[in-house]
Amino acid sequence: MNKTSRILLTALLCTAAVACSKKVKEVPPADTGPSTGTVPDTAPVTPGAYGPNDLDTDACLRQRVVYFDLDQDALRPEFQAAMACHAKYLRDRPSSRMSLEGNADERGSREYNLGLGERRGNAVSSALQANGGSGSQITVTSYGEERPTCTESNEDCWAKNRRVEIVYTAK
Amino acid sequence: MTRSLRLLASFLALLLPFAAIAQQQGLEIDIVGGNASALPIAVVPMPYQGSGAAPQTDVAGVIRADLDRSGQFRGLPEQSIVERPTRGSEIQYPTWRLLKQDFLVVGRVVDAGAGSYKVEYELFDVAKQERMLGFAMTARANAMRDVAHQIADAVYEKILGVRGAFWTRVAYVTATGRGANSRYALMVADADGYNPQTVVRSNLPLLSPSWSPDGRKLAYVSFEHNSNSSIYIQDLGTGARERVSSFRGINSAPSFSPDGRRLALTLSRSGNPEIYVMDLGSKALTQVTNQFGIDTEPTWSADGSTLYFTSDRGGRPQIYQASASGGGATRVTFQGSYNASATVSYDGKKIAVAQGAGNVYRIALLDRSLGSPRWSTLSPGSLDESPSFAPNASMVLYAAREGSRGVLYAVSADARVRQRLVLADGDVREPAWGPYRQQR
Repeated sequence: MNKTSRILLTALLCTAAVACSKKVKEVPPADTGPSTGTVPDTAPVTPGAYGPNDLDTDACLRQRVVYFDLDQDALRPEFQAAMACHAKYLRDRPSSRMSLEGNADERGSREYNLGLGERRGNAVSSALQANGGSGSQITVTSYGEERPTCTESNEDCWAKNRRVEIVYTAK
Repeated sequence: MTRSLRLLASFLALLLPFAAIAQQQGLEIDIVGGNASALPIAVVPMPYQGSGAAPQTDVAGVIRADLDRSGQFRGLPEQSIVERPTRGSEIQYPTWRLLKQDFLVVGRVVDAGAGSYKVEYELFDVAKQERMLGFAMTARANAMRDVAHQIADAVYEKILGVRGAFWTRVAYVTATGRGANSRYALMVADADGYNPQTVVRSNLPLLSPSWSPDGRKLAYVSFEHNSNSSIYIQDLGTGARERVSSFRGINSAPSFSPDGRRLALTLSRSGNPEIYVMDLGSKALTQVTNQFGIDTEPTWSADGSTLYFTSDRGGRPQIYQASASGGGATRVTFQGSYNASATVSYDGKKIAVAQGAGNVYRIALLDRSLGSPRWSTLSPGSLDESPSFAPNASMVLYAAREGSRGVLYAVSADARVRQRLVLADGDVREPAWGPYRQQR
């Protein structure tokens, strides 16, 4: 095989990989997008007690991805409303359990990013507890940079990967 | 043949073996750049002179490729080898002087009974017309590449005075598919990419393989237990494995001590990542760091007294060192805003790291063998990570991204020669160069 055809083949494979990856791209539930914009429109926290069905229907509870700035674990203000309603859910349903899955973008050391993902998970856990959720209902797991939702090497993608996913393990 | 034609022929001859590798193994090896000061050496083809079936392995070809990859040697292409001596008495020195060769390796393969072969080889100094080495090695047909690597090691050591590291293995992680279809495999292969073997497969991420000093075991991180990180130690011979750490939080970054009796690791069971040392006999833990920041990626000094690790206690990740029994830490890296994933040479004089500046991450080398520490850059970036020294510190293996997939590179410690190892399918990452192998 000569060099040119190998380059062509590589290019073809790369193109194919990108094309395929788009098709199978996972859409996180009620993704509010990673942009550092204004506070999104969220329904005010429901006055009554939450039930399991609200996880699928309530606009605020459906926000289950929290995004972070580069190398940061500080919660952005736009996610405060989501923290309040998820904390309320934990209070309303003491039997519910949640796993906070911390993630980082691909840059830098995988092991350091494992630490960074955990730090982000802990930041969300603290925010939920500050809003009245119980720490005993929350576990934090870090996947570091190992579970990207987007695999291109650019800031758009990296911003989507710097996240904590809220996963209810018991509703 | 005109000069340009001969150049073309030797260029093609260089490419041919790599194409063959790509077909056989799904691994592609490219040599990027060259070294003008490399020593010219002719490794003459070693014919089979027995009476049975000839071995499949081109012993001289494997030796030549090894020496080329080191960056220290420039092997004469096979097409330019006009005479084919197989023993010292057949050598006509003027020919090799005319070809401007400093060294000459000749040999032959003969039968050794019971399906085994014997390789008899000699190394000569062309200028002095002196024999420098002469040995015979016996092996079964399936171990002929091992024999060739050991000959390359002996030649390398005789000429350079440094032990060769061609007869070694590397561990790495491959990833294919995305999302729920992700598949991971921890692999072990010869240092030249041949003989890849699967150590373990998982649907969940695998990372951070670490070799035991005897090369018989790998410690690694897997997320298969409760979808959280755990550390396993697996015997490569039997496949038996043990989960040695699965505390709450992160269990990661395992690193065997030089005596193989302890494992440095990162645990966040106390609330944030700290370095610990586990006694592998009793599983007792000693906490090494106690700091608010992230402390991770411990790696041992050769004498086992010191741990180097990554910490962001000063704001951003930098390399620190501390006694393996605990106590205060000292910062090691002061150049670059981001330094992580340290690998330390066997003599402790060189440290390679992943060094970040903005969005560019390169492999950088800190040389402390002279008075003041000196930095050099080993890789072009932009997302290079996970450096790992060869056991003789002549080369550094690391992971890079090309497009949306990971590839491995091996770069000579003087940054002059880089070689790329690409897996045909999927991502390759987390390389770890194994120790010297021992005859069993």
